[in-house]
Amino acid sequence: MQRTLTQLAPQLVTLAAVVLLVWVVFPGFLDIRLVDGRLVGPVIDILKRGAPVALLATGMTLVIATRGIDLSVGTVMAICGAVAAWAIDGGFGLGGALALAIVAGLVAGLWNGTLVAIVGIQPIVATLILMTAGRGIAQLITEGRILTFTHDGFAWLGSGTLLAVPVPAVIWVLTGIAAALLMRRTALGLLVEAVGINRRAAALAGVNATVLLIAVYMASGLCAALAGIITAADIRGADANNAGLWLELDAILAVVIGGNSLLGGRFSVAASLIGAMIIQTIDTGILLAGFPSEYNLVIKAALVLVILVLQSPRFAAEWRTWRAARAEPRPAGQVQEDAP
Amino acid sequence: MTIRTLLSAAAALALTAGMAQAQVVGFSQIGSESGWRAAETTLTKQQAAERGIDLRFSDAQQRQENQIAAIRSFIAQGVDAILLAPVVATGWDSVLEEAKEADIPVVLLDRQVDSSDDLYLTAVGSDLVHEGQVAGEWLVSAANGEDCRVVELQGTTGSSPAIDRKTGFEQGIAGHDNIQLVRSQTGDFTRAQGKEVMESFLQAENGGKDICALYAHNDDMAVGAIQAIKEAGLQPGEDILVVSIDAVPDIFQAMAAGEANATVELTPNMAGPAFDALAAYWKDGSVPAKFIQTESKLYTPSDDPQAEYERRKDLGY
Repeated sequence: MQRTLTQLAPQLVTLAAVVLLVWVVFPGFLDIRLVDGRLVGPVIDILKRGAPVALLATGMTLVIATRGIDLSVGTVMAICGAVAAWAIDGGFGLGGALALAIVAGLVAGLWNGTLVAIVGIQPIVATLILMTAGRGIAQLITEGRILTFTHDGFAWLGSGTLLAVPVPAVIWVLTGIAAALLMRRTALGLLVEAVGINRRAAALAGVNATVLLIAVYMASGLCAALAGIITAADIRGADANNAGLWLELDAILAVVIGGNSLLGGRFSVAASLIGAMIIQTIDTGILLAGFPSEYNLVIKAALVLVILVLQSPRFAAEWRTWRAARAEPRPAGQVQEDAP
Repeated sequence: MTIRTLLSAAAALALTAGMAQAQVVGFSQIGSESGWRAAETTLTKQQAAERGIDLRFSDAQQRQENQIAAIRSFIAQGVDAILLAPVVATGWDSVLEEAKEADIPVVLLDRQVDSSDDLYLTAVGSDLVHEGQVAGEWLVSAANGEDCRVVELQGTTGSSPAIDRKTGFEQGIAGHDNIQLVRSQTGDFTRAQGKEVMESFLQAENGGKDICALYAHNDDMAVGAIQAIKEAGLQPGEDILVVSIDAVPDIFQAMAAGEANATVELTPNMAGPAFDALAAYWKDGSVPAKFIQTESKLYTPSDDPQAEYERRKDLGY
């Protein structure tokens, strides 16, 4: 536990700093009240609104750990949302709709994984195919309109509460815990890292890299399906054009802010989830601050840039050098050696 | 001169044929990128059928070259008129000149082009600024002189509907100091963003108690915001007035449930006025004004929203 916290320290400090910054701009930020048996407040909104990106980031972390990338997750969200809404309207009931949507996500992941692991296409290209084509598939399902439905049970997944906590927040936290336990309490995490560092070596050492890669893309598809279900349930409709639009980029950003390397290998699901919360805190903070909307993306980009610069190994090394130099003045030559 | 002789020839032809020959009109549509566009296509086909016009439809799938090819093919078929919903504003000069040389009148639907205005007969469209103004004026009368703090959900930042509908609304409430625009953010014209941004407005304005009205640049954002208001424990339509633009079917459902108060129609029936102008032109060569503005009709719960919903739900929105 101690070790995990130490490893997560940079992300936790960043999150605290962003929260502090938003709190300065909007003093009521940390207020949480209980209204009609549900918790209400900006922080609760962040936990709820961050659900899609947090879910996508969970799957994305695993994919990136294998040295891959999944650009199709935003589109898979749209497909799964459309499937779910179509199934609800078609009278399949809650269970049927959820099952169909999740199967759609798994099939999408199977498609990506097959292209990457068996056909051998580079992940960025392989998943780009579904990213482009998938919105068309979603539009075919919704017939180009916003497919609305009325089903209280399904809507509960998007806007209901469980023990006063918004359901989407519960879903992403449970999914994250499940993924982390599965990776760290079994050897699976180690195998994923092995494939990410050197697929050939891992295969020679007896890891079934092909199956593992397909499984990882399917896990990403599953996470995208959950995110798509939440998004559709939230607005009580499937919007094929806009559901999950550009969210794959936020998910990748969350993984990167979480300190995971895009070159694969060592990964932390928890750090990615904190990364997702950092992004959502920035988004919600901008909305609460009341700046003109033209500034939204500029402010977000500037904050992300600052976070990434502060987290860069180069910067950390320079900082250590600078502090060491201040603590005990040494000859210039030795200082040079400390730099990477 | 040539037009006159042709027209008299056409009139003579029409007389001899006893008007039995149906007029042929080519329609080059952009595509079906939104529900509104699909409804425009449906209504154009309906209007043509009602008037006994033989409509040749071409879907350009968002590509100008497809539209230009469709217009050339219409010219080759010798149609009586061409309806064009241009995907972009530029690059139409040569193909419009070809149509003009063939004496085929072209009517622009819903969007404008940068070409000289003698290359087309007329353009039918709505005035986006006026739409915002109608919404603003409705709010002025609804507030009835009492203080009202308004939040605004803008369309996609920098898009012309967002800019014009904001300008129009501000003109509509100008001079009424009791109405105050306190927060304005983009909701990107989508339900999900409309809901998310409305949630933050509610948080920032004392749980929504300080907000008297919401103005959304389209109905979809309003529908999302209505859900956010309900989840915050307030009653949309009563605690917070909701006015938006477009008049899509779902907002009438909300209105029938008492959750929305007003919407300004962006009519998808651009073809009706276009066919009227063409009929007059065919009849006696009367040239319409270069811009025919469609009505920006205001709908409120007194306009039987349930019936409006039923009327629209099958148009393809």
